[in-house]
Amino acid sequence: MYGKGRIIPALIIFIGLMTAPMWYGSGDASKLPNPEKPKGYTECVEDTQYMRTSHMKVLNDWRDDILREGGARVATTANGTEYVRSLQNGCMKCHNNREKFCGECHKYASVNPYCWDCHLQPKEAM
Amino acid sequence: MDSKRRNFLKIAGLSAIAGIGAPSAFNMLLKGEALASGGHGAPAAQGEHGAAAVTGKRYGMVIDVKKFADNPGLAEQCVKTCHSIHNVPDFGNRKDEIKWVWAEKFQHTFPEHSQYKKNDGLNELPILTLCNHCDKPPCVRACPTKATFKNKDGIVAMDYHRCIGCRFCMAACPYGARSFNWRDPRGKDENGNPFIKELNPTFPTRMRGVVEKCNFCVERLAIGQIPACVEVASSAGALVFGDLNDPNSEVSEKLRSSFTIQRKPALGTHPSLFYII
Repeated sequence: MYGKGRIIPALIIFIGLMTAPMWYGSGDASKLPNPEKPKGYTECVEDTQYMRTSHMKVLNDWRDDILREGGARVATTANGTEYVRSLQNGCMKCHNNREKFCGECHKYASVNPYCWDCHLQPKEAM
Repeated sequence: MDSKRRNFLKIAGLSAIAGIGAPSAFNMLLKGEALASGGHGAPAAQGEHGAAAVTGKRYGMVIDVKKFADNPGLAEQCVKTCHSIHNVPDFGNRKDEIKWVWAEKFQHTFPEHSQYKKNDGLNELPILTLCNHCDKPPCVRACPTKATFKNKDGIVAMDYHRCIGCRFCMAACPYGARSFNWRDPRGKDENGNPFIKELNPTFPTRMRGVVEKCNFCVERLAIGQIPACVEVASSAGALVFGDLNDPNSEVSEKLRSSFTIQRKPALGTHPSLFYII
């Protein structure tokens, strides 16, 4: 083959460059997110699976109910523990580390909710 | 044959006109009746546009201007307390200013009142002004996203999540009670000082590009406290807060026993704030 001394290395470099994004992120997919669970608490406001899939809906429902319908600000869990229906004053009371709890999965799923543009996380407020 | 066809066409034409005209004539008459039965925030007078008749509360406030004259600095203290608990930023200039409650001159608060030969002392007085929490709020009508709305207690509230920053509400509000966040309230000035001096950890801030205003301390009312400005002014008795729909409330009693005025009543917004001058 004419000019194979240049074509084959050039092809190898080309394929290497084209697949670079795959090599760059390789191995990360197996690292599942591991959000830090709050110590001293055993239950959340709903069961774990529901919270995993629908916590954003819970937050929206709380907001609309309290703000627009005049709903209760305090509710109780299945086992009777009282909690405040609020991200800033409720969720963050137990899940007090935004990076280690929220950030773990949000980073993995590459979602960037803008909660913290307005709401204060516990550390900031200190 | 010809005359028969001519008669038929006449009758057909007349009945077509009657058919088109009758419903609109009925509508006009019915509308006239509905207009005649409007009224000022009284529980029975509401209910147009399919809303349920109001049986609940309508929070309001009486502001005794003379008490602020007797207690210099009280108005500033009310403003400071409100702004600190609600994380209201201070951008340090009038153009970007955010205000939930503020002190204004008489001539600016009540521009429709004649200033001719007015007592000079009156214009020196700080008149505390805030959102009027109108019974017919023009800002709510103007908002295209329902970010601002009137809740069941008569408070004109805001959902900052829905605000797109179009500022129609600011144009609609005749009292200047709304402020726009031109800058990031969490930011710092050129000297590195944060715009919000001290953050209240239990209340959120706002973000750049949303409109904000007084919420009548809805978060404090929910836990049985009175609005912060009223609490500050309670020792002087300068602000009286309560349910206007409850004839036995302190604010209703005050309104019965005193002569009060409202800001720009001719606009028909039915403010819930009343001033004793």
